Amino acid sequence: MEKRMIYFDNNATTPLHPEVKKAITEVLDVFGNPSSLHGFGRHARTYVEEARQMVAGFIGAKPDEIMFVGSGSEGNNTVLSILTCQCRGCDFDECTGKELITTKIEHPCILETSRCLMEKGVKVTYLDVDSDGKVDLGQLEQSITPMTGLVSVMMANNEIGTIQDIGAISRICHEKGTLLHTDAVQAVGKVPVNVNDLGVDFLTLSGHKIYGPKGVGAVYVRKGSPFCPLIRGGHQERGRRAGTENTIGIVALGKAIEMRGHEMDEEEKRLKRMKEALRKGIAEKIPDIHFIGHPVDTLPGTLNVSFDGAEGEAILLYLDLAGIAVSTGSACASGSLDPSHVILATGLPAECAHGSIRISMGRENTFDDVDVMLTVLPDVIARIREMSSAYARRQ
Amino acid sequence: MEKLNWVYTDKVLEHFMHPKNILTDEEAFQADGRGLTGNIKCGDQMIVAIKVDRDKGVITDCKWKTFGCASAIASTSIMSEMVKGMKIEEAFRLSPKDINKELGGLPEHKIHCSVLGDKALRAAINDYYERNGLHDKVVREEARVVCNCMNVTDHEIEDAVLEGARTYYELQEKTKVGTVCGECKDEVERLLEFYKNKHFCNTETTAPAGT
Repeated sequence: MEKRMIYFDNNATTPLHPEVKKAITEVLDVFGNPSSLHGFGRHARTYVEEARQMVAGFIGAKPDEIMFVGSGSEGNNTVLSILTCQCRGCDFDECTGKELITTKIEHPCILETSRCLMEKGVKVTYLDVDSDGKVDLGQLEQSITPMTGLVSVMMANNEIGTIQDIGAISRICHEKGTLLHTDAVQAVGKVPVNVNDLGVDFLTLSGHKIYGPKGVGAVYVRKGSPFCPLIRGGHQERGRRAGTENTIGIVALGKAIEMRGHEMDEEEKRLKRMKEALRKGIAEKIPDIHFIGHPVDTLPGTLNVSFDGAEGEAILLYLDLAGIAVSTGSACASGSLDPSHVILATGLPAECAHGSIRISMGRENTFDDVDVMLTVLPDVIARIREMSSAYARRQ
Repeated sequence: MEKLNWVYTDKVLEHFMHPKNILTDEEAFQADGRGLTGNIKCGDQMIVAIKVDRDKGVITDCKWKTFGCASAIASTSIMSEMVKGMKIEEAFRLSPKDINKELGGLPEHKIHCSVLGDKALRAAINDYYERNGLHDKVVREEARVVCNCMNVTDHEIEDAVLEGARTYYELQEKTKVGTVCGECKDEVERLLEFYKNKHFCNTETTAPAGT
């Protein structure tokens, strides 16, 4: 490639950290089944358990409260599906827990699963968010009934970056006697996350959003919480998730988390400065725009911005041709024909969602990338607006 | 790398990168007919403006503006080239399939984005007829109710097919057609085949390999 490509889509996925790559190569020959009693198995087991300790320590959990899964989506599916468990021995009280409360801005893996649960007889309430994407705590308090079995609120939103006050949410949930799950796939490794400070009962995290590989994630299950496996047929992960452990993926996740421990604090500050430069530059150079998401409680590298009269997929593709990768809330790019449900939930009109792009920066991005973006983007927007039937510059 | 992964043909890319005949100054263009279709709430909108040689009944110029994605931009750009010099009646019959063929084939899930251009063109032609007192020539695309129970029209079925419905069941999911008495099933299945054929037949084979 002659042209330098700029990757601004770190909320979609991230490149492997060089140390993670090294760890993966080193463990490639550790082929033993961690469940085997012999030396090969025990050897593999030590790698898996070391990674478990690493993940647990990073979020303030105990190692036996961490189970490894195949993805963030699997983790979220597992936790929500506890609600319809009808097995004896799964200690989930089926007389008191048939209601789920979640929000309108969750990831599709929560929304689709909750829709499926609804068909199985679970009552689901979707909480509103305000114009910055914050959950309405009053509405949460009012929605919890003695029948509420679980509340699931995502910690940081993948599209607009807004971070919820999970601590306050967990206090409300526990006062009212219900359990709280948080999808922290976008939060863990980007901002400090401690399960005890937050007071959550379940938490999901993923490897590939934080410079680990795809296909591995973890779920925190607080000791004593009810649980029911989604994948059955083995005693792995203390009987909570059948399937031979993905040793390589788990080791890589452990290493990715370890590196986050070293790099996160500095990087958070750096990304915040870069985002501020980007936000300022866009606001100065391009008229008629809207930034979407909470101005303060937000992921350090995520900036969502909507351009009046410009369609998101067109913006994405013109940027792509200029070597810059972003994502969009436009329906056209998703293939679903529906614009971003997150942006619609903030109360912005559909045309804002259709005209929005998400810039998500990560550890490999530099201030130079921001400068290039600020040179290319104004031209792209001007060009699209010039042929737009829906743009007239405001005076 | 970009070349290999690019889901559009070179022709689509060319018209996306260098769109032709953009209506930058509407007043100066002084259109003989103007058509607007789509809605920015739905994510795409199109304006097509035409100049007509009345004596010859030929479109002499065609310009456009859109709030739309790459496919909408490219397909309308190429359409605006195709209709120049075309008889009005012929231009009125131009179908998304003709445009798609000229573009060398769009990915199937992008075809629904490309149907706005010719719709807006027909609206512009009707507008031209009306402005010139040729009311008998105006052809309105009236929707016909197919499913009386759920009040579903043939247009809604066509839209559902464009949005990806390929089976009777998928049509029902999208439009609720035939979900009450079911009497319209035969007619709906006939329309389903008709619209699948109209928009998607042979798109696989017209798209050059490796694009």
